[in-house]
Amino acid sequence: MTVFLQRLYFGLIGLFLALPIIVVAGVSVNEKQDLAFPPKGFSLGWYAEIFTNVEWRNALFASITLAALSAAVALLIALPLAWFLWRRHAPWANIFQLLGIAPFTLPPVITALGLLTFWAATGFYGQPATAVISHAIFFVTLPLVTLSLGFSSIDRSLVEAAATMGADDRTVFRTVVLPLILPYLVSGYAFAFVLSLNEYIVAYMTVGFTMETLPIKIFNALRYGYTPTMASVTILFVAIAATIFGLVARFGDLPKLLGAMSSRDQE
Amino acid sequence: MRRETPQKLTDYSPLVFPAGMLIVFFVVPFATMIAVSFFKRNPSGFYTPDFVFDNYARFLSLFFGKVLGFSLMLAIAVAICCIVLAVPFTYLLSRARRRTQVLWLVALLSILSLSEVIIGFAWSTLFSRTAGITNLLVMLGIMDQPVALNPSFGAVLTAMTYQALPYTVLVLYPALVRLDPTLTEAARTLGASPIRAFFTVVVPALRNTIVATLIMVFIFALGCYLLPQILGRPQHWTLSVLITDQAIYQSNMPFAAAMAVFLVLVTLGLVGLTVYAGRKGETA
Amino acid sequence: MSGLTLQNVTKEFGTFTAVRNVELTVPHGTFVCLLGPSGCGKTTLMRMVAGLDLPTSGSIRLDDRDITNVPTHKRDLGMVFQSLALFPHLTVGENIAYSLRIRGVGKAEQKKRVDELLAMIHLTGYADRPVAKLSGGQRQRVAIARALAISPKLFLLDEPLSALDAKLREAMQVELRQLQQRLGITTIVVTHDQREAMTMADTVVVMNGGEIRQAAPPVEIYRRPADTFVADFIGMTNLIDFKADGAGTQVLGASVPGLVIPNGLPSGIISVRPEDVHLTAPGNAPITGTVTFVRDLGGTIETFVEAAGKQIVAVSMPNARPDVAVGQSVGIALNPDDCVVLKA
Repeated sequence: MTVFLQRLYFGLIGLFLALPIIVVAGVSVNEKQDLAFPPKGFSLGWYAEIFTNVEWRNALFASITLAALSAAVALLIALPLAWFLWRRHAPWANIFQLLGIAPFTLPPVITALGLLTFWAATGFYGQPATAVISHAIFFVTLPLVTLSLGFSSIDRSLVEAAATMGADDRTVFRTVVLPLILPYLVSGYAFAFVLSLNEYIVAYMTVGFTMETLPIKIFNALRYGYTPTMASVTILFVAIAATIFGLVARFGDLPKLLGAMSSRDQE
Repeated sequence: MRRETPQKLTDYSPLVFPAGMLIVFFVVPFATMIAVSFFKRNPSGFYTPDFVFDNYARFLSLFFGKVLGFSLMLAIAVAICCIVLAVPFTYLLSRARRRTQVLWLVALLSILSLSEVIIGFAWSTLFSRTAGITNLLVMLGIMDQPVALNPSFGAVLTAMTYQALPYTVLVLYPALVRLDPTLTEAARTLGASPIRAFFTVVVPALRNTIVATLIMVFIFALGCYLLPQILGRPQHWTLSVLITDQAIYQSNMPFAAAMAVFLVLVTLGLVGLTVYAGRKGETA
Repeated sequence: MSGLTLQNVTKEFGTFTAVRNVELTVPHGTFVCLLGPSGCGKTTLMRMVAGLDLPTSGSIRLDDRDITNVPTHKRDLGMVFQSLALFPHLTVGENIAYSLRIRGVGKAEQKKRVDELLAMIHLTGYADRPVAKLSGGQRQRVAIARALAISPKLFLLDEPLSALDAKLREAMQVELRQLQQRLGITTIVVTHDQREAMTMADTVVVMNGGEIRQAAPPVEIYRRPADTFVADFIGMTNLIDFKADGAGTQVLGASVPGLVIPNGLPSGIISVRPEDVHLTAPGNAPITGTVTFVRDLGGTIETFVEAAGKQIVAVSMPNARPDVAVGQSVGIALNPDDCVVLKA
């Protein structure tokens, strides 16, 4: 009885989470430009449209470029910071940890507006590079958190052992710290990449009038009328996110990354 | 390895780039925004530098009071819905097999990462007359003809709960996984049914966690900027929507900035409350 | 002089003094155990030798070179950590070759040396295994081989055997000692286990409260402890008050003939090992007591006797089993040569 209730509850939550995606998936395979569910006919044409239609393709390309670059910049900010905080005893430097976590914790509109006023005041408003930096700052929290977790899981005696064997600080970092931190580096990048790909408000406020990322494109399309490409792009994004997180789970320890420190095997 | 206090100036070199980036592109923009909130609006351009409280004075209007009240009420409603759904779910998840956990975590992360635009679009489709859920009900013979379920308050609330639920589960997850399973086992040996054990042992043991999560989800919901716009009527607009609207469409940056500063103060107050609740939880 | 010399070494952490004014000489090729209860400063002392902590004052010299402030990676050490600190991302072979690799030793030579070391620790053919797949004893050996890869000037081990079960630990103690003698390498081991120290060391350094209480060969530490702490910490002992005057020396309310107290101390403490307490028929010895408990451990028999309000333990072998029962009166005979007069 209890097991049945459990399954039912999991099932209902699952249905709630999956329902919009199922409906959108259904809509995306309509044969004609209908917003109809169940779908009328079957066609994968709207998926092809993402790549054949110049506007959608450019938006996809812009989004992926933005995500790839901004996640990289976010890592460049997070890695030395997390390393320093782990390696050194400097309590005042924790302020930067706080600064790294704030952009993502505050309501996104605030970070977005702050960046908008800043770019407008400095005269860079609308330039593509500003979106990269803005997203890097907005999402620096994610690699910062995964890397802090990663560093805290390194046994400090490993570093001492390397030193007794003749490794200087730089060699220790290259031969011991970096290989051990790599899974956290990858997952931090993956998190920042996926979230940047989906981000709307910061991108919109910084470069909304000069370039179209996919979320901006979808929103604009939503305002000016309906096209099933919106549905196919949505499904594409769900698939990308699920694939990337699936890979992180496959090659890393997802429960541990999400804060369950003991990764005990319950099977 | 002992964490050494930096000795030489070069020991600080790893900090230069991160600190520089965070200061220039986060602290300075933040300060710029605060400065702009005291500027005067200039209808022809953005604004003219000044030091006036006009933008803050506008908060005192009935309209603004209504928006603020509605925003807070909506965020609280979302937070409560999420907690009610997520606490039992996360508890069951944390006791599930590892494989099941990983699968759910991947699904939750995927949904959490989805753009608000996409969630808005998906739910507007689901609530639409032509492709919506009501078509299913018609097919099943429960309804006579499909109807549109949005724009409405229910639509906004549902979509925001959808958006915040994965976040809630992921915030609760670490605390629930670390919860000592012998607690409920002890309750069971004392004669409590599983459901009774959950409500009499798990929920009280997690009271502080739940309060902290409630506040975090509340802040998360407060930041929602598109769903009320896509799925609601203008009276369902929140402070975040209003800020976007003022900044982009009305080009009233000083007023948008003042509202943003106000939102930060509300949020910071709540974060302080979370930290306080957390501290109390540790000592208790 | 070749070897390691510590001069007046002190380490303070804030207001806490972990190591105080330590003077120690470790001649080349000897095996030294730093022994003491937890918190006595033995690990801090070793970390300073390794350069992982820097002394607040004093100097450390190795083969006539001052290494007090030389960074760890330039000291040419081999060290085995309590946690072993094997690199989880490297295989057994890569772990052992690490110090060679970062010194730029060629691949072929690395492999040759790794094979030599694996043979030495009886793990030939294990080079490509991940360290996670090894048993506790095997990891232990890999950690030792890794530390010895460059033939270091100094071999340091911090509680190296604490993770092993009792039987394996004893076997490893013998193996480690034999290895050290074969290689003739200057070795320092930190341990809290006195059996371990007695088994392996040329010199046992007993520490307490950040200070060296005695540094001497194991047998001397046991037979001639320098103070009550050492006497009590190493093995079992009877610490007994004495009073001395012109008439003789009073112990447990009786005079012990022949027990001469040096420096004319009027009173103090003597240490008598349980195996040196001889039980006789009452009246055959100056001291008389009552048996309160007898513990027969098979290999040895411990007899607890109360004399002058003090509990005394006597240990005898089964072939010299004393003919006593609880409640019985016995005589206690002490040989003056077995009584060690201690600084209080």
